[in-house]
Amino acid sequence: MSTRRSRTSQFTEDEINNLIFKLQALLPQLEQRRNNGRVVAPSKILKETCSYIRRLHREMDELSERLTSLLDNMEISSVDAQLLRTVLLQ
Amino acid sequence: MKNPQRSPTNPGSVRSRFTQVFLQSLLRIRKHSPASSSSSSSLGEFLKRCHRVKVAAYVSMARAAGTRRAWSRAMLWRVRHDAHRHRLLQGRCSRSSSRERSPGKKKRRTKKKKKRRDDQEHGFGNAEKLQKLVPGGEAMDFSCLLDETAHYIKCLVTQVKVMRSIADFYSL
Repeated sequence: MSTRRSRTSQFTEDEINNLIFKLQALLPQLEQRRNNGRVVAPSKILKETCSYIRRLHREMDELSERLTSLLDNMEISSVDAQLLRTVLLQ
Repeated sequence: MKNPQRSPTNPGSVRSRFTQVFLQSLLRIRKHSPASSSSSSSLGEFLKRCHRVKVAAYVSMARAAGTRRAWSRAMLWRVRHDAHRHRLLQGRCSRSSSRERSPGKKKRRTKKKKKRRDDQEHGFGNAEKLQKLVPGGEAMDFSCLLDETAHYIKCLVTQVKVMRSIADFYSL
């Protein structure tokens, strides 16, 4: 079992560090700290990732509610070109 | 403007695909829901529509992301599975099946023991929570989970931005 362990850790160690680093780049809170040159612990990155995803889910819920209440006000019979331009150019 | 990532689907096209599909879904939801303005029955209708909008958003994003991603496949599977189960339940009119807190996130059951060893080996203890948050996460090994999470987050951010833009557009 120990040989299997060393094999997997050798193979994926760099890969995992790389992926963790990429994750950190996506998190708004930690991005500042990265630019300051301080190293952030991987466990902190994972924790921050979890709370960020939860926050995004909550925003999704709020926006769904908002859109639902606006649904009847939408005066579109077909997809509006103006709307698309506004949305896609931001 | 963001530079296109080296992944096969760049963010620009995911965003536009999502927007188109999602807007069509919104129109469909509006057409199929009763446009009743009586305030007595509207709360239930509102919640139903709200749920449909939310599901449409997630499905549109999963479709826009494509089936090359494990999380998008898992999400589409989950929605289809939940819709089927919901239909079965509606026939029986029973509420007793809400034994799962979150709708079937388990696509495939794999032994949890292996997962824990995998991520604890590298010194992380929080991978379990992350697995529950990312669709299909419980079936992924650690490095796969990290990779899928990054893509999932990018797509969620796009989704939120587009929905906010649409809402702002019609709020004026």
